[in-house]
Amino acid sequence: MPRLLFEKTGNAVWISHLDLMRVFQRAFRRAGIHIWHSQGFSPRAHVSIALPLSVGTESVCEILEFDLADGVSMEPEQILRRVNETLPAGVRVTAIWENGRKLKELTHLDADLTLEYDAGVPQGAEEEITAFFTGGRPIPVPKKSKSGKMTDLDIAPMVLKCAAEQTDPQTLVLHVRVCAQNPSLNPMLLGEALRLHAPHLAPDFCKARRLDVLDREGNSFR
Amino acid sequence: MTELLQRILPTVQKPARYTGGEYNQVVKPLSEVDTRVAFCFPDTYELGMSNLGMRILYGVMNEMPGVWCERVFAPWGDMEEAMKTHDLPLWALESQEPIKKFDMIAFTIGYEMSYSNVVNMLRLAKIPMHCQERQGLENMVFAGGVCAFNPEPLVDFVDFFSLGEGEESTVEIVSLYQKAKKEGWSKEAFLENVSKIPGVYVPSFYTHSYRGDGTLSAITPREGVPAVVTKRIVEDLDHAYFPVKTIVPTTEIVHDRTNLELFRGCIRGCRFCQAGFSCRPVRKKSPEVLYRQSVAGLEDSGNHELILASLSTSDYKGLKELTDRLIPYCLGEKVNLSVPSLRADNFSQELMHKLQTIKKSGLTFAPEAGTQRLRDVINKNLTEEEILDTCARAFSGGWSNVKLYFMLGLPTETDEDVLGIAELVYKVVKTWHAHATNKKRGLRVHVATAFFVPKPHTPFQWEKQITPEEYLRRTRLLKDAMRNKSVEYNWHAPDLSRLEAALARGDRRLGKVIQWAVEHGAHLDGWDEYFQYDTWIKAFEACGIDPDFYTTRGYEEDEVLPWDTISVGVNRSFLLRERHRALEGKVTKDCRQGCSGCGADKLLEEVKCDA
Repeated sequence: MPRLLFEKTGNAVWISHLDLMRVFQRAFRRAGIHIWHSQGFSPRAHVSIALPLSVGTESVCEILEFDLADGVSMEPEQILRRVNETLPAGVRVTAIWENGRKLKELTHLDADLTLEYDAGVPQGAEEEITAFFTGGRPIPVPKKSKSGKMTDLDIAPMVLKCAAEQTDPQTLVLHVRVCAQNPSLNPMLLGEALRLHAPHLAPDFCKARRLDVLDREGNSFR
Repeated sequence: MTELLQRILPTVQKPARYTGGEYNQVVKPLSEVDTRVAFCFPDTYELGMSNLGMRILYGVMNEMPGVWCERVFAPWGDMEEAMKTHDLPLWALESQEPIKKFDMIAFTIGYEMSYSNVVNMLRLAKIPMHCQERQGLENMVFAGGVCAFNPEPLVDFVDFFSLGEGEESTVEIVSLYQKAKKEGWSKEAFLENVSKIPGVYVPSFYTHSYRGDGTLSAITPREGVPAVVTKRIVEDLDHAYFPVKTIVPTTEIVHDRTNLELFRGCIRGCRFCQAGFSCRPVRKKSPEVLYRQSVAGLEDSGNHELILASLSTSDYKGLKELTDRLIPYCLGEKVNLSVPSLRADNFSQELMHKLQTIKKSGLTFAPEAGTQRLRDVINKNLTEEEILDTCARAFSGGWSNVKLYFMLGLPTETDEDVLGIAELVYKVVKTWHAHATNKKRGLRVHVATAFFVPKPHTPFQWEKQITPEEYLRRTRLLKDAMRNKSVEYNWHAPDLSRLEAALARGDRRLGKVIQWAVEHGAHLDGWDEYFQYDTWIKAFEACGIDPDFYTTRGYEEDEVLPWDTISVGVNRSFLLRERHRALEGKVTKDCRQGCSGCGADKLLEEVKCDA
């Protein structure tokens, strides 16, 4: 199955996972690329996006799988060009390839978490936050389980790397590597953890950007 | 630092509806723009983006050089709260800029219960609410849509109204504004000149006087303005502007599909139906044009659903020719073709069978009344035999879901008519027992009743609405008579319909009621989550106005009506004649079997009424 790497930036970050699949289904149609449809009463164009992205989070490393309809063949570069012509602002395909690796080999991701402090970054926050997430102590954060109950999730073992960097007087960026799939950690939970356990370091606003998806060895997953 | 709106967006439901950026949205460089129009839909994004009229006029205005038309919708309650907390004024989606900077503020109003949103959106935009508080040309507020056919409750807030179909008149209005702005006219001079455009109604040029009993004694136009303003229509729909490049939402909306209009107007003449009279005369589009626009619209949007819309699809003369071409196209392209409002005739049955190969939907009937007598009163040309025959065929074809829609409180309705609904439903159940091929699946009959709302420009415009208490008594009577376990009965709550009735036939005095209600929290009244009946009742009390004056009182035949200044092309004498025939229980044939002389054909100069 062909696989696309795409970005979701700007106001496109507000498109939900389900809506994004519809965006691609329509973009393929507009581009005149016939893709494989599910059978049954309401045939749907089949697209599947690995690792759903939270609404509000940017990414430059999203992966989408699709299949051309029977009998359709098209050069990958042509697909990339035509789909990009029909996608809405903020969604852009950057690569296309055949025969990608098994999705279960995608195990980690790199992300940047931007913490904004309206009154200025607190003194010593860089070191303190880095230590907070890499110190080995449990960091319980309440999370809704699949059954809808709130349970505490210890996010400490799911944060593999974390380095804080102050980029301007009011902004701190955390460069993190976290678990993806089985289970996944939404980097936004790091901001939540600060609010709960280190309120003096809690930002006024927090946003995330996915940078790359990785395999177990830390190589880019494609 | 992240800007304010971007900080608010993660905290609200469905943020994508506030950001714009969809495929095909129109963005123009400001250096090429002299007139900015904020096109406001007084309800949510999901509803407004489904509205065909808005899509058409968005395209019409943006085709004009120098004009940039952007979209504005009512925010959901969580966003409204956040806007108030952070002092963020209402913005337009394309530029993300506050609309108080805009030249023209246009509304399309299709539902009386969105009046509070009109006023509330002006408030949220920080635009002065009253016409007289807006002195210059900027923020010129105008409105169209079916509610403009009795716009009196809104005249405190809206400077002028555009009546009828806007494809041509909107261009004339906005062009005049461009000239006025260039030449630095006063607001007064602009209103004076815009009132000369056919179909434009400037309410401040008319004085309403009242008698001691509260009824209107006279409507006096000021010198030089027409006593009656007649709505505009487009004569030749084949050559009228129709958008095939439409904005494709990135978030789910109510009707997320390509929308085609088969024809405008209706040959039926159901006496309660405002659209049936106010959209006349009948003008159709040719199947070739429709086919071409379907394909172009689907290819450009990437939509996988197409709907053929009109007031009564089976009455479209070119239906066979069009569907013979569209069905194979849709099958090949895996597009769902949706053909609503089919009647129970033979061709439609055949068509339903063909469509089934694409998708199978439920059966829906709107008999509106339970007995033939009452159906004759309302001129609803649907017989029990037709309903049961269609059900029988559908049940033997495997269908097992039926929806039946009725109204309670129709003129002359008795308990016998109410119980007639239960009898009809019982016969549908019996028909299923006799004809169902697969009884294991069980039958579901959904029955729904609405509370009759008399509307202006219909033969029932003079009728009384029954009280909410009486309506509820009739719903209980009906519920007790339908105890079959396959039948599910839902009725609309009467509160909303009572207010809808008051606003639909309301006069200028209701402006202060709307203002009071909005200032005390009324908004999004069409949504159960937000509708507050109490607020409205208190608003009426605070203003010393009795809603019953507009609802249960009824209007005298010789009374001056608040909407007498406005003509939809249908003569008052025709409406009166139809009213009398209704009360005598006489049906009037549909327009195709014989013209009944409503007068709307006089609106046409180039073509004939295509009934």
